[in-house]
Amino acid sequence: MSNDAASSSAGASAKPSRKPKYSKFTQQELPACKPLLTPGWVIAILMLVGAIFIPIGAIALLASNSVVEIVEQYETSCLPANITTKEARIRYIQDDTTEKSCPMTLTVPKKMNNPVYVYYQLDHYYQNHRRYVKSRSDKQLLDGASTSNSDLDSCKPLKQFNNTPIIPCGLIAWSLFNDTYLFSRQNSAPIPVNKRGISWKSDRDHKFGSTVFPSNFPNNLNRNESSSAFIGGAALNVSQPLSEAEDLIVWMRSAALPTFRKLWGKIETDLQAGEIISVNITNVYNTYEFGGKKKLVLSTASWLGGKNNFLGIAYLTVGVLCIFLAIVFFLIHYKTPRPLGDTSYLSWNRKGNVNGLS
Amino acid sequence: MQSENAPATARSRLFSVISSKGLQAHDRHPSSSSGAGGPPPAARTDARKERVVYVDNPGRTNENFEFSGNKVRTSKYTLISFLPRNLFEQFHRVAYIYFLLIVILNQIPQLAVFGRLASLFPLLFVLVVTAIKDGYEDWGRHRSDREENNRLSWVFQNGRFEPKRWKKIEAGEVVKIFQDESIPCDIVLLGTSDANGVAYVQTINLDGETNLKTRYARQESASKHPGLAPITGKVVCEPPNRNIYDFVAYLEIDDTQAPLGPNNIILRGCVLKNTAWIVGVVVYAGKETKAMLNSSGAQSKRSRLEQHMNKETLWLSFFLLIICIAGGVGMGKWVHDHDSDLNNFPYYKKRDTADKKFMYYGPLGEGVFAFLSFIIMFQIMIPISLYISMELVRLGQSYFMVRDVEMFHAPSNSRLQCRALNINEDLGQVKYIFSDKTGTLTENKMEFHSASIGGVDYSNVLAAKISGTSDSSDGMQVEGSHLKPGVRLDPNLLELLQTEVTSSEATFVHRYMLVLAACNTVVPTRHSGPLQYQAESPDEQALVFAASAYGYTLLDRTTSTIVLDVLGEQKSYKIVGIHEFDSVRKRMSIVVECPDNTYKLLVKGADTASGSGSLADGHLQAGVLFATQRHLDFYSTQGLRTLVVAFKDLEQPEFEEWHEKYKIASTALVDRVKLLREAASLIERNLALLGATAIEDRLQDGVPETISSLRNSGIKVWVLTGDKQETAISIGFSCALLTPDMEKVIVNANTKELCVEKLKAAIREHGIAETKDKQLALIIDGNSLVHALSPDVEELLFDLAVACRIVICCRVAPLQKAGIVSLMKRRTKDMTLAIGDGANDVSMIQTADVGIGLSGQEGRQAVMASDFALGQFRFLKRLLLVHGHWNYQRLAYMVLYNFYRNAVFVMMLFWYILHTAFSAQTALFDWNLMFYSLIYTSVPTIVVGILDKDLSHKTLLGLPPLYGVGQRNESYNSVLFWATMLDTLWQSLVLFYVPFFTFQGTTIDIWGMGCLWAAAVVVLVNLHLAMDVLHWTWITHAAIWGSIVVSFACFFVLDALTDKGFIAHYRVMFHMASTAVFWLNILLVIVVALLPRFCAKVLMQKFWPSDLHIARELELKNRAAISEFVKSSAPSPRMVELDDVPYSDKESKEDE
Repeated sequence: MSNDAASSSAGASAKPSRKPKYSKFTQQELPACKPLLTPGWVIAILMLVGAIFIPIGAIALLASNSVVEIVEQYETSCLPANITTKEARIRYIQDDTTEKSCPMTLTVPKKMNNPVYVYYQLDHYYQNHRRYVKSRSDKQLLDGASTSNSDLDSCKPLKQFNNTPIIPCGLIAWSLFNDTYLFSRQNSAPIPVNKRGISWKSDRDHKFGSTVFPSNFPNNLNRNESSSAFIGGAALNVSQPLSEAEDLIVWMRSAALPTFRKLWGKIETDLQAGEIISVNITNVYNTYEFGGKKKLVLSTASWLGGKNNFLGIAYLTVGVLCIFLAIVFFLIHYKTPRPLGDTSYLSWNRKGNVNGLS
Repeated sequence: MQSENAPATARSRLFSVISSKGLQAHDRHPSSSSGAGGPPPAARTDARKERVVYVDNPGRTNENFEFSGNKVRTSKYTLISFLPRNLFEQFHRVAYIYFLLIVILNQIPQLAVFGRLASLFPLLFVLVVTAIKDGYEDWGRHRSDREENNRLSWVFQNGRFEPKRWKKIEAGEVVKIFQDESIPCDIVLLGTSDANGVAYVQTINLDGETNLKTRYARQESASKHPGLAPITGKVVCEPPNRNIYDFVAYLEIDDTQAPLGPNNIILRGCVLKNTAWIVGVVVYAGKETKAMLNSSGAQSKRSRLEQHMNKETLWLSFFLLIICIAGGVGMGKWVHDHDSDLNNFPYYKKRDTADKKFMYYGPLGEGVFAFLSFIIMFQIMIPISLYISMELVRLGQSYFMVRDVEMFHAPSNSRLQCRALNINEDLGQVKYIFSDKTGTLTENKMEFHSASIGGVDYSNVLAAKISGTSDSSDGMQVEGSHLKPGVRLDPNLLELLQTEVTSSEATFVHRYMLVLAACNTVVPTRHSGPLQYQAESPDEQALVFAASAYGYTLLDRTTSTIVLDVLGEQKSYKIVGIHEFDSVRKRMSIVVECPDNTYKLLVKGADTASGSGSLADGHLQAGVLFATQRHLDFYSTQGLRTLVVAFKDLEQPEFEEWHEKYKIASTALVDRVKLLREAASLIERNLALLGATAIEDRLQDGVPETISSLRNSGIKVWVLTGDKQETAISIGFSCALLTPDMEKVIVNANTKELCVEKLKAAIREHGIAETKDKQLALIIDGNSLVHALSPDVEELLFDLAVACRIVICCRVAPLQKAGIVSLMKRRTKDMTLAIGDGANDVSMIQTADVGIGLSGQEGRQAVMASDFALGQFRFLKRLLLVHGHWNYQRLAYMVLYNFYRNAVFVMMLFWYILHTAFSAQTALFDWNLMFYSLIYTSVPTIVVGILDKDLSHKTLLGLPPLYGVGQRNESYNSVLFWATMLDTLWQSLVLFYVPFFTFQGTTIDIWGMGCLWAAAVVVLVNLHLAMDVLHWTWITHAAIWGSIVVSFACFFVLDALTDKGFIAHYRVMFHMASTAVFWLNILLVIVVALLPRFCAKVLMQKFWPSDLHIARELELKNRAAISEFVKSSAPSPRMVELDDVPYSDKESKEDE
C-alpha cells in the first residue's frame, strides 16, 4: 500500500491527489433526526390531535350557536299570487310600471346584539363564471375615462354602449343587485340601516377611484328610451364617485360559490327577542331567468363569522375519530405486539420463501 | 490487428508495423473484427473520397478550401448564435413543446385562462434556467478553446521553422515538434531525431494509456529535412474519421509510393516523449482531427424507473383527458340546457350591447373551447417540472457519489466517475452482474510465477531475490512502469543457466529463455536512467522481466534487430519476420536470424492453440508434452495464466519457401491478413515444445468480500473470462464466487447436439426454478456458448442460467460477452450490469443496462464506453448496495410524490369547475397557479430527492438482502402508483370540500377562497412530504419549513402589489389571514387529508412491515450498540445474532 502510494505519487507528482475532501456533508453523514412511527409515537400523535381538535370543535360549535340568524326567502312570496310560470315572472319583473314593493314581517327569535348585519343571499347565481369574473376593468374603476380602450376589452360584452365606453363597464357592474329593504319596528319607527362601511376599506381606497363617476351606464337609461334588454340591474348615482358606491364595491367582489351572501347594510341597534320587524322589500332584481332564490338575512356575527356548524362538527368528529383510532392502535399493539426490529419479519427470514438468500 | 490494413512495401518496414495492442495474453482477444481486415486500402481510398495533402505546400493543399483549419471550437455557441441555437436545442425536448403549445393555446382569446405574462412564466422560467446553465458551461469551453488555439508550434515557413499559433496551422504545412510538446493536429511523420525514424508518443489524453507508443517515419522521407532541401510530395489519405486505431494512406515522394499506416501518424492530443524532435506534415487539422471527432459527450440512456414512469405519465395524461372531457361535456350540456335563456343570465349575456353574439359558439363550440381551456388550466397534471427536478436530483446524487471518500482509490488516484447522468437509480435495481475477470476481479499486474521447462517444473521461490541484481553484466537496474521488480526466481533454474550448454535440460532452458526475451513486442527504452520496458501487454512485460532476471536481458529492439544480453554477452538477432498475435491462431511467432546464421522460429501462444494444432506429431517429445500438460493443468487450478513456449530450427528450404510467401504477403494490398496467416501456417508446424509459463495475476483487494456481499444481496454474478475452465473454477473459488456447498453444472460441448443434450440434462436434473436448499453454479465454455447462444438453443441456456446462483463462462470471445449480456437483457426484465476494464469489454459494457468501466491497466476504452467508472472492483459493493439503493429509493419516492403533488392540485381545481357552471375559472390567482409547482413546492422535493436516507450505509452494507427492494421494484410500481392516486383523490376532495362547506352561503369572495385553497394546498403538500421524510438534516428542515414560509411570503407580496395585473387580488390574503376560520380550515384540511395515509402507513408497518422498515427499527434499536461497535470495531454480538453478516467498518479504514 505504502509502496503503491509512493510510486504513484512519484509518477504523477504534478497531479494533485483527487481524493475527495471529507466532510460530513459530502459523505452524507450530517447529523439527522430519523423519526420512526413506533406504536408509542402513533398513539401519542393521535391522542394529541384528538386533544386539540375536540376543544376547538366545541368552541367553534358554541360560537356558531351564539349567532342569531333570521332568513327570509322572498323571491316567490313577493310575487302576486297569480304569477306562477317562469315567463310570467320574467314579464312581471321586467315591467317597470308595476309597483313591486313587498311588505313582510320578521320575528326576532333571540336577542340580537348590534351590529346586526343585513345580507341578501342569492343562489344558482354563478358570480364565479369565467365570463362574468373577467368582465370588468380594474383599471377603469380606478382611472375612469382616461383608461385606454384596450384595457376595456376585458369588459366585453358590456364594453361600450352607443360607441362610448361604459363607466363602470363589464357584466359585473351592469348586473348590480338592486332590491332594497326598508326596516321598521312594529310601532312603525324606522330602523336605520347603515350602508357605510360595508365594503373593504382597501377596495374603497385603492380599487375604486374617488374621481370616477358613472357615465353612459345602461342601467341609468330610461327603460322606454331603449331596449329593455340593456337594463341589467341597479342604476348608479352619476354624482357619486365609485369609491363611495359601496353596494357596487361589495357586488364587484365576485362570490366564490354560486350560493352567496352579500352585505347590504348594518343595523346598529339591538333587536330584542320576540320583536316583530316589518320589512318593505322592493323586489326588482331579476333572478327568475335562472330560477335563483333570493333571501333576506339578518344575522349577528361571532369571532368565527356567521352561523355555520360545519367547522365545529368537523373538528369534533375528527377529534373523536383520532382518539378512537388511538385506542384501536393501542389494542392492536397490545393484543399482537411486534417487537421492534423483529428480524423474523425480514422477507428472507420468512417461511416459504423460495427466493431465499443465505 | 489494426495495423494489418496498412500496406507495407519493404520488408523491413513491415516489422515496424507493430500493432497498437501487441500480443495479448491468451485470454484477452483483440477487440473487434479488425483482425479479419476491413476492405483493402485500395478499395477504401477511392478517388472521390480521398484527401490529398501536398507536403510543405499548404497553398495548393487548401486551394479548394475543403479542409478545416486548426482552430478548434468545443464551445457550442457564440454570442450571436447563443440565443437561437440554445432555444433550438431546448425545444428538442418534447416537454418544452408541450409547454409551448399550452402557451400558444392560451393566446387564443376564447381560451385565455391565464394572463399573458403569467402563462409565459413557466416556460420562460425553465428556458432561462437551462440557458444560464448551458451558457455557463459554454463559457468554460470558450476559455479552454482560446487557450488551446493560441498555443504555439514551430511551422516551416519562409525557409525556416517559425512559431505559429495553433489556430493558424493548416493542412499541408510542415511542423516540428520538440520533446514533451503536445501535437497540435494529426500529422504524418516525415522524419525524427532518431536515425531509424522512430518516435515515442504518449497517448494518455487520447485513450488514457500510459505506455509510450512507438511511431515511425517512412524511410523514404526520414532522411529529408525541409531545412536542407525542399520536400516535394504528397500524402493521399482517407477522409477524416474517428477511428484512432486506423489510418490508411500512402506517401508519394520522389515518384515512389510508400504506404502509411496508423504507426506513421501522430494524433492531436498526444505528447512527444523520449524523442528530441520530429518533423511531420499536417493531414488533419482542427475539427477534423481524430481527437476532436472522438470528443463526443456521454451517451444518454433511459433509466428503468423513468421508463416505468413514462407509462404512469400516460395514465396521468389519460386522467387529464378524462377530466377535460368531463368539463367540456359538462359545459356543452349546461349551455345546451340553458341555451334560450343564456342571454338573459346576468352572469352570462351572450349578446353584447350592439346585439351581436359575444364569444358564443353554441353548445358544441362552447364544449370544445371549454375542453381546450381545461387542458391549459390543468396542464400541470402532466408533471413536466418533474423531468427538470429529476435531472437536478441526479446531478445532486452524482455529486455525492463522486465525493464518497470510500470509493476513492489512492494508488490510481481515481474517484468514481459518473459519465451517464440519467441512470443513477438503475444502480439500485441490478439483478445480474456480468464481470470480466482480468483487470476487473484481478489487478492485471502480472508477475511471473512458475516455469515449466522441458517437462520440469521450476516453481521454487528464492525469497527476496530482486531482478537486476542477477548476473547481468552491466548490473543495470530494470524497472518497468507497471511492474514492481519482484520476480520470483527458482534457484535450480538459476543454477542450471550458469552451467555449460551441454545437457538437453540446459538446452531447453536456454532456448526457453531466448523465446521469452525475444518473442514479444516489448520496446526497451533508456533515458538518463535505468532501462525501461514499454510493453502493451502486461503479460509480455512480465515475461521479459522474468527472462531478464534469469540473465536474458532485452537491451534493444529496432525494426530489424533484437539485441539481447545473454548472461553477460551481447548478442544480436536479426528479425526476418513477425507473425503478430491474432485471435484465430492465438499465438505469436517471430523468425530470427541468429548470430550463427541459423534461422529460428520462436513461438509463444495459448496452450490450446500451440498444443492441439502444431504439436500434432510431436511424438518425439511425448514425455515433455505429457509433463507440460500436467503442469499446465496444475497451474490452471492455481488460477495462473499460462502460455506455451515453443521453438523450431528452420531448415533452409523451409525457410526459403516461407520467406517467399511472407514477402509477397506482407506487401500485398489485398487480403494481406489472410496471406500472412497462410504464411504463418507454413512454418508454425512441428514445433518443439519447450515448456510453459505461468503468470500470476493477483485478485484485487476485497474481491471475495464484495462478491459474497453481492451474492447475498440477491444479485447473480456472472464471470465471463477467457481463461480455461480449470483456471476459471479456481478463480471462482478464490474470489468466493463458488462455494464448496454449491453444485456445479459444467457444460462443455463441441457440437450443437451435445450442447443441447447437456443443457437439457442439467435442466432435467435441477429444474428451472431456483431453490433455497440447493445452490447451482453453471460453468460453460466458449465452444458451448457458440452453440448455446444460437437462437433455437438460447432458451435452454437461459432457463438453466436463471436457475443458477452463479454462472462462469470461460474461454469466451469479446463478442460472446456481449451476446450473453444481450441474451439476458432480451429475456428478462431484470436489470443487467456489465463491468470490465479492457477494450474487449466495451461491447458488453455498451450492451448492458448499466455499464461500468474500471480505470485499470488496460487503457481507457472501457471507461470511455461506460456509464460509471470505478477505481477498483470492490467499490461496486458500495456503489450498488449503498448509493444505488439510495438513488433508487430517493428517485422512486420523488416520482410518486411529484405525481401526487401536481395531481392533487389539479383535482382541487377540477372540483371547483363543477361549481362554476363548468367555466374554466380558478379561484387561485394566475401567479399562484404558476408558482405552485415551480416555487412553492419544488425545492423540498429536490432536496429530499438528493438527501433523504432510508437507511445508513452501515445497515445497507451489513444487510445486503435489503438490496432486493430495488430488484423487486418495491418502491415504485403500479400498485404504489394507484394507491398514491387514490390518496391524491381523497386529499383533493378534502382540500376542496372543507373550505366549500365552511364558506357556502357566506360573503366569501372568489379570490379569498383562492387564497385559502392556495395556502392549504401548499402547506398540505409540504407536510405530506414531511411525513414521509426519513432523515431530517438541517437542510431538510430548511427546505420544507422554508418552502412554506417562502410561499406565505409570496402570498403576501402578491397581495400587496397594486399593479394592474395584481390589483384584483389586492389585500385579499390580508383579509383572509386575519380571520380565525382561515387558519382553522388549513388545520382541518391537513389533518383530515393526511389521516388515511397516516393510518395506512401505521397498519402497513404493523402487519406487513417491509424489509426496509424492519431494518430501520433495527437501526433505532441498535443505535447504541452500533455506535459502540464502530468505536471498538469489535463485532457486535447483537448484530451477529440478528443476521450473520456483521456490520463491517473495515472498508472505511482500507483507503486511509
